[in-house]
Amino acid sequence: MNEKLLVTVSPHYVRQGHDTRRVMLDVLIGLAPALVAACVIFGMRALLLTAFSAACCALLEWVWDRLMKKPNSVGDLSALVTGVLLAFNVPVGMPLWQLLVGDFVAIIIVKMLFGGLGRNFVNPALVGRVVMMLSFPGSMTNYAAGVARLDALSSATPLSALDQLRYGDLLTLLLGRHGGMIGETCALALIAGGVYLMARRVIKPVIPGCYIASTLVFTFLFNGFNLESAVLSLFSGGLMLGAFFMATDYVTSPLTDRGRAVFAVGCGFLTACIRLFSSYAEGVSFAILLMNLLVPYINDGFRTKPLGGVKS
Amino acid sequence: MALKPLHGVRIPHRKNTAGMAPVRMPPPATVTIPLSMHIGRPAECVVKAGDHVNVGQLIGKPGGYVSAPVHASVSGTVKKIVPVLQFGGASCQGVVIESDGAMTPDPELRPPEITDYDSFIDAVRSSGVVGLGGATFPTSVKLDVKDTSRIQQVLINGAECEGYLTGDNRTMLDRTDQILAGCALLEKWLDVKRILICVEDNKPECLEKLSQAAAGDPRVTVRSLPSLYPQGGEKVLVYNVTGKIIPEGKLPLDVGCVVMNVTSLAELARYCATGMPLVERCVTVDGSAVREPKNVIAPIGTASREVIEFAGGLKEPPGKLIQGGPMMGVCQYDMDAPVTKGTGALLVFNQKDARLPEPTPCIRCGGCIDHCPLNLMPVEFERAYEKKDAELLKKLKIDLCMECGCCAFQCPAHRPLVQVNKLAKAFVRDYERRKEAEK
Repeated sequence: MNEKLLVTVSPHYVRQGHDTRRVMLDVLIGLAPALVAACVIFGMRALLLTAFSAACCALLEWVWDRLMKKPNSVGDLSALVTGVLLAFNVPVGMPLWQLLVGDFVAIIIVKMLFGGLGRNFVNPALVGRVVMMLSFPGSMTNYAAGVARLDALSSATPLSALDQLRYGDLLTLLLGRHGGMIGETCALALIAGGVYLMARRVIKPVIPGCYIASTLVFTFLFNGFNLESAVLSLFSGGLMLGAFFMATDYVTSPLTDRGRAVFAVGCGFLTACIRLFSSYAEGVSFAILLMNLLVPYINDGFRTKPLGGVKS
Repeated sequence: MALKPLHGVRIPHRKNTAGMAPVRMPPPATVTIPLSMHIGRPAECVVKAGDHVNVGQLIGKPGGYVSAPVHASVSGTVKKIVPVLQFGGASCQGVVIESDGAMTPDPELRPPEITDYDSFIDAVRSSGVVGLGGATFPTSVKLDVKDTSRIQQVLINGAECEGYLTGDNRTMLDRTDQILAGCALLEKWLDVKRILICVEDNKPECLEKLSQAAAGDPRVTVRSLPSLYPQGGEKVLVYNVTGKIIPEGKLPLDVGCVVMNVTSLAELARYCATGMPLVERCVTVDGSAVREPKNVIAPIGTASREVIEFAGGLKEPPGKLIQGGPMMGVCQYDMDAPVTKGTGALLVFNQKDARLPEPTPCIRCGGCIDHCPLNLMPVEFERAYEKKDAELLKKLKIDLCMECGCCAFQCPAHRPLVQVNKLAKAFVRDYERRKEAEK
């Protein structure tokens, strides 16, 4: 009996090609069309912002891991995803150092301080965006800077003039050729990325589907039954980015499909409320963050029913 | 039936030996036969060192109602009774027999005389047959339904959903007559009106051969099932075929079903025809370190090493020796671990394949929930176990977990979910025991 045999608990098979890193890579691929669109619409500074943000997030996580004497976690690519999402949430003229503040809040405060990947209770990129909005309102609302030679709408962003939108503006909205945050404007690119993620089974249709549908319904109910404006509002602001890439974040969304549907409808309701009743033009960030806080309760309330389980 | 089947996972089948009829190996020099190779009380030893035994001779009588007899698989002399390390760290007694090479059958063996229900159950018991799909539940206990009207249908489990294993596949091809003879026995003595032989659709030749053979028996139908692991799990099979859910703590019989492995049925039929009890079984030898994958018929108690050597040996140093399949099989510490009644396969992985990836943090993707056939929530089990919350584990129904491995197989963070579930179950058992003691 000289051979040393490895003893592990079953299963001894592992599903090939499916790990956290691959999931994150797929998300990055899903975000690529929007990055291309951002460069076309806003110029190469969009690429600079995205690369800078992703690199800073990776560096911040690496430094934290070194300081805390933990194994390097940057290889799972989740920091890069957060970095790209953060960059997509700022206008093209955003000063780099202000974006770094957002990166710091997202990675160090929201993610690493709470225990790293899988332990945050709210979406890191969204908190980063909100902090930047509150700290640097000037930079964060300077939408038109860098938008040149395009058929910009008459107002700063479509969302600030929702009731003036017409179906004829749909193409502009889909292509994103107007002012706004660099990753949010091109609805078509974001939808394409979302479809890729669904095809790769990284996300399920339930959250984007219920979020977008309920935003439509509640916007219609709250805007005085203006269907045209409600439909067009779906392609304005950060809804597509939020519905496909933010609300679907595994860590901060519910575990079961019924829970996800409830979560997404809540996001839609809050998005419509904030957009129409508050002084903020955009409601997506706050809506998702508020629903993130409810996720533990949603998880407790919407568990699966074990097959054959008997009530004790 | 337009029923939405239960969740599961698609695993690599690797049925490399499906086309190979089993080859019988010559008797080894010694066998070590554990007296507990089944669910229930271990058998009680009825031989001692120095006794001469023949093939099929009783060496262990059932230790209780839920138990099974154990028989000598070679002829020769009993050398000693030793402790044998079992799955889970427990140990039982094992009988070491030195073979004389003659394989002389016990001269007192006769085909059993079956005249009614009771003598049929006695015969099943004497055969030593247990669930040969791996669960090793004593077949006589399963079939002793007392009231035969409770049986609405018998499902013969030919799913063989695990990777690599092809023993049942070969049974369906090579022992088709015995399977149908077994069906006839159930129909005659248990008054069974409906038998469904269930086969996964990755075995089309089995489906065809069985359909042809079953054409002569109006009570037997052959049903094709999608090849989704764990199709062969009892609860999954019953639900996917009949739509019935077996409630917590109950048996298939409580929803009118009896589930029996196809090789167990064939063995039963063979015993009733010949009188020779269960003393050997087909073992699929496969895995990345094995030189030539084969199906080997080995005497119960043969050292794994010898079965593998007969099959052609290893081409690389072994990393893992698994008794059973890659999803639920048990890693062995010792290349000489004996083949038992439940050993469907001996898989030897090379050192590279033996290593499992390092676990990374849970990203709460919910994949474990999506793929659990019993709709459990492994991610919540892990959390509750971390917090040592036994009441929550009970509320989440940890005891329903059948440890099939679907959750861990697909986990993108490679978390050891089945290991956590096993530990959590033990933790809850311990908690319950302490609660009882405090009363």
